[in-house]
Amino acid sequence: MSAEMVTCVIDGIELEVEKNTLIIRAAEQAGIMIPRFCDHPLLKPVAACRQCLVDVASPAGPEGKLRAFPKPQPACAIAVTPGMVVNTQLTSAAARTAQEQVAELILINHPLDCPICDKGGECPLQNQAISTGRPISRFNDKKNTFPKPLQLTPQILLDRERCVLCQRCTRFAAQIPGDPFIALQKRGANQQIGRFDAATLGYAPSCGEAVDEAVDDSVTPAGEPFAGYFAGNVIQICPVGALTSAAYRFRARPFDLVSTASVAEHDSNCSTVRVDCRRGAVLRRMAGDDPNMGQEWITDKDRFAFRWQVAADRLRRPQVRVDGALQPVSWPVAIAAAAAILREAQAGTGVGVLPGGRLTLEDAFAYAEFARRVLGTDNVDFRARASSPEEAQFLAHHVAATGVGVTCDELVAAPAVLFAGFDPEDEGGVLFLRLRAAGTKVFSLAPFASRAIKRLGGRTIPLAPGAEAQFLGELAESAESAESAESAVVESAAAGARPAADVVELREALRAGGVIVVGERLATRPGAYAAALRAAQSTGARLVWIPRRAGERAAVEAGLLPGLLVGGRTADAVERDAALRLFGRERPPAGGMDLPRMLAAAAVGDLDALLIGGLEIADLPDPALAQVALRRTKVVALQVRGDELAEWADVVLPVAPPQEKTGTYINWEGRLRPFPQVLTSTAPSDARVLQAITDKLGYAVHFARVGKVHEVLEDLGAPEGRPAPPNRPAAAASPLAAGEAVLSSWRQLVDDAAGVAEEPYLTASSIAARARLAPATAEALGVTTGDVVTVSTARGAISLPLVVEAGMVEDVVHLPLKSPGSWVHATLGAADGSVVRLTASPAGPAKEEDE
Amino acid sequence: MSKKTGTLDPTRREKGFLGTGVAPWAGFGVTLRTFFERPVTEQYPFKGKYPPPYPRYHGRHQLNRHPDGLEKCVGCELCAWACPADAIYVEAGANTPEEQYSAGERHGRVYQINYLRCIFCGMCIEACPTRALTMTTFYELASAQRADMIYTKDELLAPAAGGMLAAPHPMAEGATDDDYYAGRVSGPTSQQVEWVERRRPDDPTLPTAREAARAARGPVRPPGAPPPRPPLPELEGGER
Repeated sequence: MSAEMVTCVIDGIELEVEKNTLIIRAAEQAGIMIPRFCDHPLLKPVAACRQCLVDVASPAGPEGKLRAFPKPQPACAIAVTPGMVVNTQLTSAAARTAQEQVAELILINHPLDCPICDKGGECPLQNQAISTGRPISRFNDKKNTFPKPLQLTPQILLDRERCVLCQRCTRFAAQIPGDPFIALQKRGANQQIGRFDAATLGYAPSCGEAVDEAVDDSVTPAGEPFAGYFAGNVIQICPVGALTSAAYRFRARPFDLVSTASVAEHDSNCSTVRVDCRRGAVLRRMAGDDPNMGQEWITDKDRFAFRWQVAADRLRRPQVRVDGALQPVSWPVAIAAAAAILREAQAGTGVGVLPGGRLTLEDAFAYAEFARRVLGTDNVDFRARASSPEEAQFLAHHVAATGVGVTCDELVAAPAVLFAGFDPEDEGGVLFLRLRAAGTKVFSLAPFASRAIKRLGGRTIPLAPGAEAQFLGELAESAESAESAESAVVESAAAGARPAADVVELREALRAGGVIVVGERLATRPGAYAAALRAAQSTGARLVWIPRRAGERAAVEAGLLPGLLVGGRTADAVERDAALRLFGRERPPAGGMDLPRMLAAAAVGDLDALLIGGLEIADLPDPALAQVALRRTKVVALQVRGDELAEWADVVLPVAPPQEKTGTYINWEGRLRPFPQVLTSTAPSDARVLQAITDKLGYAVHFARVGKVHEVLEDLGAPEGRPAPPNRPAAAASPLAAGEAVLSSWRQLVDDAAGVAEEPYLTASSIAARARLAPATAEALGVTTGDVVTVSTARGAISLPLVVEAGMVEDVVHLPLKSPGSWVHATLGAADGSVVRLTASPAGPAKEEDE
Repeated sequence: MSKKTGTLDPTRREKGFLGTGVAPWAGFGVTLRTFFERPVTEQYPFKGKYPPPYPRYHGRHQLNRHPDGLEKCVGCELCAWACPADAIYVEAGANTPEEQYSAGERHGRVYQINYLRCIFCGMCIEACPTRALTMTTFYELASAQRADMIYTKDELLAPAAGGMLAAPHPMAEGATDDDYYAGRVSGPTSQQVEWVERRRPDDPTLPTAREAARAARGPVRPPGAPPPRPPLPELEGGER
């Protein structure tokens, strides 16, 4: 696509730029830096700060005579027109004077407290005051002062004295995530940035309920309005020190920091980040520029959650169980102990390998090689979450070795995107921002419209958890059965009170090149992956799997699933010579167990040892069973941290967290995301530890070299055929008894994850856990918003305040999967889609519901 | 005018007969003269007193205090930034109501100067925005241990003398950090003394501070008093 070009002259340099380019951008192309505060390439122009004033002349009149604007104009808000002549501060005295005077004006109320300001040293205001400001201020009076700092959210502090009212933060909040947590307040000289604060605004509750209808009423654990998962970005884009981070407050100066471009480990977007460290400790992370994914934004989790890597329970020394307790030992002793356990188990009933979903490609490859070539087992499963054999089949068929599939750019440019088993914000992170910025039409198969869908202006097709497979199947059928609008899906939509028009629109949009996004939650819906594949095939839509964790795609590529080998080969379809080359035998080990089966086998003593890595028990679908299994068998654990290991691990081998090793993630697009080692460390990667055990066991297998996996994958190339797709039929939902409901549950972006350990400011800024019910269900239960409801199973109960969600599917209760006070797997032993009992608060007097 | 000879020093005049004859013995005249003079050799450090340096001698650093005993250092690291020898290491910290070390929000939590690196150039002194860091004339800086040559904050901090009250304690009532920098706080107030009495009754600076507070009856500029310049119409919302 070649854009229309216009020619202009900036400071005597003639250049050709795309039409509608702003003067400030065109000048950048010519290498001319016009000072600016409010301008940001990803935000709409506002011309609020007036720092970028330049002299502009453009041809006017019938002869096209060059006519100058009477006054200097803001370069950030005027697009280049053909023949425009711009003179910046470099060539125009008027522009120079105008900029100097604006800088002087901006500095009038600025406290000049640079020595105590976190921005000092990397502050555009400092830099531009020097480059374009007047040497001396003529202002000789009292400056406006405010109490400081104001806590906008627990992690964002606002210092109003320093603010130059450029409105980057308010524009970000409104335009990018749509979390209007910050706004301009008051007028004239008293104008300031702030969040709703009755004291600041002189707001009296008696003057009417002026609170506008918010998109959501989410609150933080302290009861304050939730500011969104992307609020931390305003700290980075603030051109002065007005918005600062509580966690980074007074921690360092820019010249203390050593910056490393890296990749965030918290979600499968693998966002580009810049890691800043000082004296061997990471102090902060900033968003890097990644035009293909998050642009210049990252989630607050990627930004603020990094201390987990050096948390108090970080393992520093190898440990071996001696006389019932873990004792610190040397590396050779620990490696020998691990080798002995694995050798013994190999001779016995076998070893299960549970490497977890957060590995780099290199480490995932090491686990795969270690399992198949050294241990000779196919018992390997990376999915430390609810999963199913059908999902493994789907991943082998649709994901493994497919290279770069649907990219983020393609996804947001699609005519429509359908989310199934996936929440674009909680499970999608910055993908949500891209969708919102692009205005992509989205449809979501969910029991209610989540915060994300509401803010995307998307349509929710209300479905109880478990009904997705049936819907997708009907969608496929309707697309297959030619042009008939009166198809099954529309009928069933009408029956199920779904907007039939939405469904038809969805079908047509998918036909026009839409994308179906499936998430990890579809694993618990029998037949859903098969139906999604069918729907994609019949509508011609593209299908993309977006996992939550950063390491899952790499684990699929490396073959960390039973029956799936490296490079997308399957155990039964791998070529003989490839098998010989890869595994040193004609047939690779096959018939392995997946995680639930391994744990079940281990629990009854049918599996002698488990090799685990990066596993958190509470993440597993059945933590109680896992506890039994891990206590029963010998366990060799390769972990970064873990207090709980003391209870059941027999050999603990401490491995490096991402910032202490180099590696490659693969994001959900299939792009390789390599990252360097940020800190000097002696902690070995998983691959090196596994290599040491391999050497100890006496195998001549080598996989620990960082480039090895890339050579193997290149050598293998794409597989010739693909394994069969899953073809499990959709299961009909079992009828609910009275007082029962279907549990809908997914993880909030910031919850009780291991990755947010020791980040008090981040967790204090997250959403408090709430239960959600449809109005009718709530009414039947006799509760309303704010009441406490109890969700229980035979194993336990979770009581949470209720939010009545209009438009939610009846007889469904939604809980966050692992938020404070709502550990669904651990407390209930239930998963997304399970049937649970629903009661009104047992604490309430005589409110016991037990029909 | 004497004619120039081939000597190295062109200004030297060629000696006459007598000069040439006595020259080999002339040097002994100096020797003989000093027989009758007092020796100037200092037996430092074994004998005698500490030889006083010039008043502007660049010696060991000192971290100063405000008159009420709060530290002047705000941990801005400008000294570390200015240091050409990378001898200074600073980590800042936030003041809290219970732990107020300096005026304002920020204090120097960690402060180290490595005297094995310091070249005593004084750039740090010039850089300091609060006059917290100055140099004393003290030069007895030697140790057999390298680690001893890294001076930490407790060694560099000036003793709380002259009625000062050792930090941490709250700022003088009603005073802002600007008041401190403008010298409008002249000593500890009775509230500050009380605060410390409640928390650290054994603080050695308490007796003198108590006396100073009694003598001064609070800060020179009582809270609410107009600032030195005639006040302008107060902007609404411009509350302190």
